Amino acid sequence: MNILRKKSTANLPFSETAIELFIRLCGISSILFVFGIFFFVFREGAGFLFSGLDVKEFLTSVEWQPTSLNNKRYGAFALIVGTFSVTVLAMCIAVPFGLGAAIFVSEFCSPRLRETFKIIIELLAAIPSVVWGFIGLTLMNQLIITVFNAPIGLTMLNGGIMLALMSVPIIVSIAEDALKAVPDSYREAAVALGATRWQVVYRVLLPAAKNGLLAAVLLGAARSIGETMAVLMATGHSVNIPSGPLSWIRTLTATIAAELGEVARGGEHYQVLFIIGILLFTITFIVNLIADLVIKGIRQE
Amino acid sequence: MQKQSRGLFLIVNILVILTSTVVLSSCSPKDSEDGMGKNVEQITIKNKGSDTMVNLAQAWAEMYVGVTTSASVEVSGGGSGTGVAALINGTVDIANCSRQIKPKELEQATQNTGKIPQEFIVGYDALAVYVHPDVPLDKITIPQLAEIYGEKGTITQWSHLGITHTACPSDKIIRISRQSNSGTYFYFREALLGTDRDFRIGSLDLHGSKDVVEVIGRTPCAIGYSGMGYATSHVKMLTVATTTDAPYYAPTLENVLAKTYPIARPLYMYSLGEPIGAVKAYLDWILSPEGQKIVEKLGFVPLESS
Repeated sequence: MNILRKKSTANLPFSETAIELFIRLCGISSILFVFGIFFFVFREGAGFLFSGLDVKEFLTSVEWQPTSLNNKRYGAFALIVGTFSVTVLAMCIAVPFGLGAAIFVSEFCSPRLRETFKIIIELLAAIPSVVWGFIGLTLMNQLIITVFNAPIGLTMLNGGIMLALMSVPIIVSIAEDALKAVPDSYREAAVALGATRWQVVYRVLLPAAKNGLLAAVLLGAARSIGETMAVLMATGHSVNIPSGPLSWIRTLTATIAAELGEVARGGEHYQVLFIIGILLFTITFIVNLIADLVIKGIRQE
Repeated sequence: MQKQSRGLFLIVNILVILTSTVVLSSCSPKDSEDGMGKNVEQITIKNKGSDTMVNLAQAWAEMYVGVTTSASVEVSGGGSGTGVAALINGTVDIANCSRQIKPKELEQATQNTGKIPQEFIVGYDALAVYVHPDVPLDKITIPQLAEIYGEKGTITQWSHLGITHTACPSDKIIRISRQSNSGTYFYFREALLGTDRDFRIGSLDLHGSKDVVEVIGRTPCAIGYSGMGYATSHVKMLTVATTTDAPYYAPTLENVLAKTYPIARPLYMYSLGEPIGAVKAYLDWILSPEGQKIVEKLGFVPLESS
């Protein structure tokens, strides 16, 4: 026992450096993983991206016929429109609810209620997406048929609601943090001037925390764009330009998930699916970059 | 607080990246691990392929436990293409296939493993055309189906089929299909449109034979196709004719065996080279009346009616 302690004391500088090195490696590894994944996705798709794929057709045509025997067409326009429309719809639902919940949790409720709310919101974030998809396929499908008298409930609206439910926890957590980051002196000053609670929120807190709130919304949107299983099951998975919330659509992610399982490795179709992966990567990267810049903006202020 | 927000932001960031990439990595074609275990006492027969056949293959494997103790069968799905790919790589003993192997694949397998894949027809699968029970229609022809599903097809409304479908106010036919890589999709397209024409885009491409029947059962406006064995009491199967003048046939065991029902296909198993030992015994058992009984039990059509 004595020897052991002595030994460990003697080795303290070494163990310290070892731990520091380990932590450093952990930090670097996440960067390596991201770049490694990007490199892999890009390598799988690059061959066809630079020779063979008609990029203009890929971005503008709605003809997605990857398994045609004589006339293969890779038009991803309907998929891009599908991804964006369902994300926008999800945000239309999630942003008012998410920001409203964040304002309530941060400003209006008692500390005890706040803790309960936070636990419940975190629980909501922990539900796997396939469970959401299953709810969409069965419960929400039937509900949309009954409420809207639609012929079929597997629609953009269904997917949008599922995505909204999945991104609300993220929006609430980040928006609440942004509101909490507003110094209490602002609140005190406003109250001292005779502002009501609601006036404090919309005249003082919202303008002061606007960058953080915007970042919350953007990260919620990024979550929606990247989501796969729920939209695959709930949106009808149909190559279609939507004409309204009750149209069925197909998203970029769901296309990869549904088709990658059986394609011949290295073939054209396989590579096109990876090009969709590159496209998704670029979209989420841009959204995250904007969110990051916006958050940096807050800090400088 | 700033620090906390940054930490959360990072976590969310990583989450987003993970979800968008996990899809890619988890869905890439998987190869089954190697190792045949030839020298151990109990031989493991590796069996992989068609999703249409995976329940059948699983049922055979389970029943075979009671037949012999010297061999056990390991079944996995993934699709006909996956099964053939594994056969080409030499990682399976038997590949299940709901379509015939392509000449190119046959050549690749022969070159790669030095053995010629042998074909066995182990049963038949009949694709039924399903509609909601409220549809006032009992029969349909292959050319009509081709106009419903095919590119530039002319039938888009129920009234085009000469019926008044009161349960479907929009009158629009909702086409239910399968994801474009499934063997069922390929076979239905070939049966309807041959090899020159594609399906029209805009159908709901569902992810499993069971889902198709399930969704049609809830949707009066829908039409769809799936294996005969997936029928439930919530859907109706149409009788099918090759042309308007030809007789209509219902998707029944008798009609499939008599080869009169137009949308039926054989189910194949491929062994690597002429089967020997345990693999031969297993295939012989599948083709025996005992094995064929299981085919019928699972809603497929056995080789001879028993």
